[in-house]
Amino acid sequence: VQVVELIRPDHAIVDLGGVRKQVSLALVDGVVAGDYVIVHVGYALARLDPIEAERTLRMFESGPPPRRVPEAHA
Amino acid sequence: VKYIDEFRDGRLGTGIAARIRAAADPARDYALMEFCGGHTHAISRYGLADLLPPNVRMVHGPGCPVCVLPIGRIDQAIDLALTRGAAVCTYADTMRIPASGGLSLMKAKARGADVRMIYSASDALAAARREPGREVVFLAIGFETTTPPTAVVIREAAAGSLANFSVLCNHVLTPAAMTHILESAPKQTGAVRLDGFVGPAHVSTVIGSRPYERVAARYRKPVVIAGFEPLDVMQAVSMLVDQVNEGRAEVENEFTRAVTPDGNLKAQALVDEVFELRDSFEWRGLGTVAASALRIRERYAAFDAERRFELPYRAVRDNKACECGPILRGAKRPADCKLFGTVCTPENPVGACMVSSEGACAAHYTYGRQREAA
Repeated sequence: VQVVELIRPDHAIVDLGGVRKQVSLALVDGVVAGDYVIVHVGYALARLDPIEAERTLRMFESGPPPRRVPEAHA
Repeated sequence: VKYIDEFRDGRLGTGIAARIRAAADPARDYALMEFCGGHTHAISRYGLADLLPPNVRMVHGPGCPVCVLPIGRIDQAIDLALTRGAAVCTYADTMRIPASGGLSLMKAKARGADVRMIYSASDALAAARREPGREVVFLAIGFETTTPPTAVVIREAAAGSLANFSVLCNHVLTPAAMTHILESAPKQTGAVRLDGFVGPAHVSTVIGSRPYERVAARYRKPVVIAGFEPLDVMQAVSMLVDQVNEGRAEVENEFTRAVTPDGNLKAQALVDEVFELRDSFEWRGLGTVAASALRIRERYAAFDAERRFELPYRAVRDNKACECGPILRGAKRPADCKLFGTVCTPENPVGACMVSSEGACAAHYTYGRQREAA
């Protein structure tokens, strides 16, 4: 969900597909308005990394990037 | 909605499904356990099993917090609410878990007990502040995702010297449950062989990807951490099939947009400050598992409902006909249970797996039961 605005210490309003809800930021430092966060039971657990999200979407398109040749297993 | 819709794109899903079909070796089968109830729900809701070739099979795991809570723990909460006059606050699904004597927290409420549904741990704390004359107990359940919020409210209660708030702590640990399933699998009759795990999404945002490395190395089972959206799960399955084919047993992370190797260190530090390992804990389905759950540290004993009310724990057997236990271990499927869909439905659950939408039985009842009949 996207953080719309920061309110009193450690709390933010997030946008849940049009629904606005208050969540706690007590578990994540440095969140700013506009960030996307993963929320569970009213608490933000992690910030979402938009660059990694794009990378994952590209992987859906074309499969994982070629990996180094795996070492032989005994 | 950004970061959700793209991860549900059917065209991309078809592409991943084609890659899985091309990679899966027809000469063998692949049994992959999705540990987490959120993934169980996604697999059922989006019909992902239909996109997989028949030799790639998803096995439901025990990662549904409501499902693994044994009857004895609900009995403790009912006792607090019904006979000790406490206001018991808990997450919605917990209220419907069947307990002893035909009761649930919901039915106890109908008999006059003060049972309240809350959305967040902080709601329970707020209730205690509003009603200083009343004992307010937060019935805390869940894996590593719900534990940090519980730690936050216990610390806040301590900081504000709240005298009427306590927590009945039932927080459990994912890696311990995974290890237990792998340890006990060969010993149990009818247990499944597993070739790998789809690792949980939210849990891993907290604990990171590192704790699974021991599981992968020690038992030689690949783990791919996946997000909650259907394409995340499909991609993780594709990565697991590749690992199995190549003889690898590594921890890979599909959910890099939210999960790092270390996880959320701030949350981990809070949890460590407030909680310590229990010697053992009874799980529904898995039995008593050593070092698999948390309790409140001595320092915060005043907020520990077990100590405050001197609550004994009494183990209670599940309904004999209910197959929740084997289903939680991945040894049986919902349709294997005689009660499924007849006596036991989401409206009137007999076992815990039918209660939560993340439970294997509820997910199969809601989205999958016509599929198998057809």
